[in-house]
Amino acid sequence: MKKELLKFLLFSVLMLLVPLALHGSYLMNVLVFVGIHTMLAVALNLLLGYAGQISLGHAGFFGLGAYLSAILTTTFGFNPWLVMPLAAVVVGLIAFLVGFPILKLKGHYLAMATLGLGVIIYIIINETVDYTGGPSGLSGIPNLAVGTFVFNSDIRNYYLIWTAALAVILLAVNLTNSRVGRALRAIHDSEVAARVMGVNARLLKVQIFALSAIVSALAGSLYAHTMTFVSPASFGFNFSVELLTMVVIGGLGSIYGSFLGAALLTLLPEFLRSAQDFDIIIYGGVLMLMVMFMPGGLVRGVPELLKKMLGNRGGVGNA
Amino acid sequence: MLEVSAITQIFGGVTALDDVSFAIAKGDITGVIGPNGAGKTTLFNIISGIYSQTSGRVMLEGQNVSGLPPERLAPRGMVRTFQNIELFGGMTVLENVLVGMHTRCSSGFLACALKMPWSVREEARIRREALRWLEFTGISELSDVTSANLSFGKGRLLEIARALAMEPKIILMDEPAAGLNSQETIRLTRLIQSIREMGITVVLVEHDMELVMDICDRIVVLNLGRKLAEGTPREIQDKKEVIAAYLGEDS
Repeated sequence: MKKELLKFLLFSVLMLLVPLALHGSYLMNVLVFVGIHTMLAVALNLLLGYAGQISLGHAGFFGLGAYLSAILTTTFGFNPWLVMPLAAVVVGLIAFLVGFPILKLKGHYLAMATLGLGVIIYIIINETVDYTGGPSGLSGIPNLAVGTFVFNSDIRNYYLIWTAALAVILLAVNLTNSRVGRALRAIHDSEVAARVMGVNARLLKVQIFALSAIVSALAGSLYAHTMTFVSPASFGFNFSVELLTMVVIGGLGSIYGSFLGAALLTLLPEFLRSAQDFDIIIYGGVLMLMVMFMPGGLVRGVPELLKKMLGNRGGVGNA
Repeated sequence: MLEVSAITQIFGGVTALDDVSFAIAKGDITGVIGPNGAGKTTLFNIISGIYSQTSGRVMLEGQNVSGLPPERLAPRGMVRTFQNIELFGGMTVLENVLVGMHTRCSSGFLACALKMPWSVREEARIRREALRWLEFTGISELSDVTSANLSFGKGRLLEIARALAMEPKIILMDEPAAGLNSQETIRLTRLIQSIREMGITVVLVEHDMELVMDICDRIVVLNLGRKLAEGTPREIQDKKEVIAAYLGEDS
């Protein structure tokens, strides 16, 4: 597993050096979003790509984390650093309790149930106006701070978010290359055989669902504190689908693939902005082509494509 | 070792098993045979906890294990293989065997994510052991191959290696020779004998009569969900009702 560590270090150094090239650019702000989306995509990938269980409600967990942090720090004046783990634990507990009944479902039924869960969370956020501010949102959320050092600029937020995102990536890589990760993939490939080998499939599915929700909630808290403003529109069904798209496009069952998917889907709309009204069409077209020609996601499709191109040029061809 | 008493299984209105009882001694190789539709696989699914029987009892080492799911039978030393091979297709051969060791290690979410020293040591230990099981079944050169790419015969060997990695007390094999060529069947026969020599009790459902008569200590014959006969291979071969069931005559 030395190779995994090297890959991670290389990736970390690269991500930490990015600001040197882009310092002062508006792209720094976009890259903060890439970091938040990476955490979310990795969290969803653990559930979908590894354990093979779909969720169309992850925007809900993201929203719960964001709103718990927002409400408890503004209305109730708690310390943001204290609220963050608290919010994560609460969301994890909710996911754990809800997970037991709904993860008995499979395939389309599980998709519907998680979709319902996401919608319920969205409606609660939207309707409890007294606490959440309803559709107009909640502003004045404090930035995170260490002593007098406040994370209130793009560059500071970049390092804050990417420290968290890199930690999530490292832990996820470790987890997936371990006894637990193998058990997750085993459930995906053959649940009955996994159970015969002593894997408690039912419990493990609920555990990974809860873990995925916890990471999403943490991303939500960080989002609230870097944006200092939250509104329900960021946590609706559309965003759950966008997260799913990131995971699939990047590559199911690949942690770095989730980064690629998150980066592509976050950066693409920025670059397409100049195409004005055509951006949606280009965006949709890219998605269609991806699913048709790179079903394994970017992380597998691009190396394959390169191999093919280099192979043909060298005249070796495919055996 | 294993005692099955008065097992009855009804699916809708169909009685798949009707009052089946037998006992299996520790260290024996027992064959369960019978024509198609006799209820052999249903019986295996009940013993291994995949189905819950309508009535009757399964005892493992003197303890009632009726209705326990497979993941709770595994720590008690029961494992099985499947007729249509159930591998973890997206994982390598080695990783498949490592999953077989799930009950024999203990690292949880936190220890795995943080790569705690004991978890790293455990991982190194089970990797060494897993390789030994691959050597034992003769497929160690394939350890890094994705298991979905294995031939049927190699897949079967991997399934057995994975089951043995659990260090079970009893192994149930559902038609281990199905789909194997004659050379592979000979290897399988030797493998099953060496599994028994390790002190593991073997129960197999099998259609290959030569294999069954060759290696089984005892045989249970099922027909139309009922136990038709039980005894040593020699005794079974001479029984009129068994011959009748296989040839479809009225006895």
